[in-house]
Amino acid sequence: MLGFVARRLLYLVPVLVAVSLLTFLIASLLPGDLAYVILGDQATPEKVAALRHDLGLDQPVWWRYLSWLGHVLEGDFGRSFRTGQTVLQAVAERLPVSLELMFFAEIAGLAIGVPVAIACAVRSGSAFDRFMTGSAFGMLSVPTFLSAILLIYLFAVELRWLPATGYVPFAEDPVANLRFMVLPALTLALAEWPGIMRVLRSDMIATLQEDYIALAKAKGLKASRILFVHALKPSSLTLITVTGINIGRLIGGALIVETIFALPGIGRLLVGAIYTRDLIILQGVVLFVAGGFVVMNFVVDMLYAVLDPRIRHGHA
Amino acid sequence: MTEPALLSVEDVSVDLPTPRGNLRAVDHVDLTVGAGRTLGIVGESGCGKTMLSRAILHLLPKKAKLSGRVMFDGQDLVRLDPERLRKLRGRSLAVVFQDPMTSLNPVLTIGTQLIETLQEHLELDGAAAKRRSAELLAAVGIPAPEQRLTQYPHQLSGGMRQRVAIAIALSCEPKLLIADEPTTALDVTIQAQILDLLAREQRRRHMAMIIITHDLGVVAGRTDEVAVMYAGRVVERAPTPLLFKNMHMPYTQALLAAIPRIDAAPHTPLPAISGRPPDPTRPLQGCSFAPRCRYATGLCHREKPALTPAESPEHRFACFHPILAPAGVGA
Amino acid sequence: MATLELGIDEQVAAGPAGRTRRLGPLFWAAVGWTVFILAAAALASLLPLPSPTDMDMLERRAPMSLQHWLGTDGLGRDELARLIHGARISLTVGLCAPVIGVAIGGALGMLAGYFRGRFETLVVGSMDVLLAFPPLILALAVTAYLGQSLLNLTCILGVLGIPAFMRVARAATLTLSRREFVIAAQALGATHVRILLRELLPNVFLPLLAFFLLGVAVTIVVEGALSFLGLGVPPPISSWGSMIGEGRESLEIAPRLAFIPAIAMFLTVLSFNLIGDTLRALTDPRQGAL
Repeated sequence: MLGFVARRLLYLVPVLVAVSLLTFLIASLLPGDLAYVILGDQATPEKVAALRHDLGLDQPVWWRYLSWLGHVLEGDFGRSFRTGQTVLQAVAERLPVSLELMFFAEIAGLAIGVPVAIACAVRSGSAFDRFMTGSAFGMLSVPTFLSAILLIYLFAVELRWLPATGYVPFAEDPVANLRFMVLPALTLALAEWPGIMRVLRSDMIATLQEDYIALAKAKGLKASRILFVHALKPSSLTLITVTGINIGRLIGGALIVETIFALPGIGRLLVGAIYTRDLIILQGVVLFVAGGFVVMNFVVDMLYAVLDPRIRHGHA
Repeated sequence: MTEPALLSVEDVSVDLPTPRGNLRAVDHVDLTVGAGRTLGIVGESGCGKTMLSRAILHLLPKKAKLSGRVMFDGQDLVRLDPERLRKLRGRSLAVVFQDPMTSLNPVLTIGTQLIETLQEHLELDGAAAKRRSAELLAAVGIPAPEQRLTQYPHQLSGGMRQRVAIAIALSCEPKLLIADEPTTALDVTIQAQILDLLAREQRRRHMAMIIITHDLGVVAGRTDEVAVMYAGRVVERAPTPLLFKNMHMPYTQALLAAIPRIDAAPHTPLPAISGRPPDPTRPLQGCSFAPRCRYATGLCHREKPALTPAESPEHRFACFHPILAPAGVGA
Repeated sequence: MATLELGIDEQVAAGPAGRTRRLGPLFWAAVGWTVFILAAAALASLLPLPSPTDMDMLERRAPMSLQHWLGTDGLGRDELARLIHGARISLTVGLCAPVIGVAIGGALGMLAGYFRGRFETLVVGSMDVLLAFPPLILALAVTAYLGQSLLNLTCILGVLGIPAFMRVARAATLTLSRREFVIAAQALGATHVRILLRELLPNVFLPLLAFFLLGVAVTIVVEGALSFLGLGVPPPISSWGSMIGEGRESLEIAPRLAFIPAIAMFLTVLSFNLIGDTLRALTDPRQGAL
């Protein structure tokens, strides 16, 4: 187990370095001079040269990368030249919103996907199974922004049950916070459940054919125990893998959803930075999100190992 | 048999729909097992013996069709309501499957898998169930039973796992234990140990047992009665000593001849049974063994022989041309 | 005994879960829609349609009529014309980007799977780095730096597809390389180039094609999302995504302006998914794995 962790950790380092390099290169090598962006197109060459020197843009690329990386490692991701906020401040302010959104979305996705998958697996081939499998396949073809618009139209415009946009911090007014979260989280959950359902369903169908399920039946156990302990526990490993694979899509989806529903999360910070050409924030947030994504994938790997006794005892 | 039978299988057939058509896996089988007695069911791969055991346990695939009656302890298992059937399974009717690698849940500890049965049927509290589990593991010859309870199946060897499976089966003192090829997946050196363990526990607990195997040698010293199956039918049935003394069905004889003999000269070729079992989706009109049988005549290809009594009424066989000489001669 | 009867168990199990080998009516409906939308997009300039950019301020958000079959949008532009010209953009990006992905990813994957060794480690490693970015974030960041244009958008979406195509090609090549016909070709002294092109490519082609169609569906969605946010194709070009984005502003007055392109997009994505998935099921021996 320890060796497994160490190997994965060791692999993490080059990936993170490469991610930082790529992030930096996208920001520095591509056309568009930061100094012109800050000063505007009408700036005098002298002013631009002075700013370039202040920003270190006249240094060679590799030197700029190393000094940037050095600052990042010290926790200094840079400071927005528009708002004066540091990247870390901005991220710390927005991160809870995004995490809350993704948390609720994943919970809702599991709450829809897992029961449907179990019901389908138990009655595989039935009309219900075919209907739900078809629906899941159809839902996979609905982009997040489409379901967002559909939900807004239904619940905010027609029925007027829930607010379409806006946000209140949880600490200020929990009920209002949750009301603002319902539609965004549901939108993401609609994109999440088909994947969860499809993988868990086929996995459960396979598991239910196993000898140990036949033995569990032969032992006279209750159907609920067979289903939820004997069949679902082995399949929960698959569920974790799916969740892990979905994180990337979830982050992308959160970005769209935050923009549509005006939630002040990381995604909206990023989109806002693009609109205002705030390159420092952009670079910092991309690095932060990509780094976080790599680390999250690592955590999922570890979780998998902890839950599967075969890997835990080094039999994998 | 004068005592009322514990289990009687009456005219049981199992049909499986397959893409190639209907497959009759078990064809009008009648069997009885008395309390505390042992029955061996012998036949080669695909003869329907596992399907028969699953039919008795009511564990057939969803699409399978079962007809006939399975009377166990005065109740018809086929028509029993699911809740009462569930209370019977694991409690009075237990099973050991062929492959201990797949029959134990890989993500649950040995302890969990033992204790859940005890708690389900005997209503023991946690501590008592744990104590009893350790006793059971000790009884089936597993060293350091308390430690094993917290281990997972993959941490045990194949033989040890099968012992665990036997402990689970024995846990509620069942009246009938069905052992479905309990040693086929194990190393040869372990096979005899497991069979002896089963025989010992069977006698000690005075429980009835059905041993399903492809190996006549397995049932020889360990059963009271033997039923030989071929293509879904019982083709010969007799008390074990009678069968080995005087087998009538050419198929039984061929099965016996297929066992390697330790006293044979080196490099003696094994007399394999030529040909293959018939395609079960295309039933034959006559005797199913006729295409492979050296004694077969036109009659055998036209008509199915019924199970008829031999010299003693307990010994029945289905053949038009029974072998009358003592076993071993002429094979 | 277990052999035959386990076989039966599997067949019984595969019955409901496995898909039929025959192509159902749904598949042909999907093919029909795809052909229809491709033809409409290709022939857009030949069709008797009003210009998609002509504004008519007196006819803003006009309802459906003989003159404007699907009505007009918030600037009085003909909705049907915009829909069909939007299909052009969505499908151009949707088809071209995966071509980049399948060409580069497929080649890298085949080379990695065939030659193995350090080259494979390098390819797989760099793909891991690319995969370390949530795809939408990377697409946004790069278009933000590069500037919005149809070409930039297509290129970046194409690059994002490379890792997936690489994996499919590499996995297929890995299994194929151990097959007799490849070993026989090697034994006969065939060059690497010949083996890769003549022996392996024809066999890797089908799985890649199936995956290509799924890639088209994904690309249309991602392009739609970017354009929806106003970060995809630059105005006045409009794709379905930007039409939906604009329609969202008038959701309370004229929901159809968002829903008509939404339905077109959904049907197209669904069709590509259906065709791709059916093809994949036909070429993939492991049925219904995902």
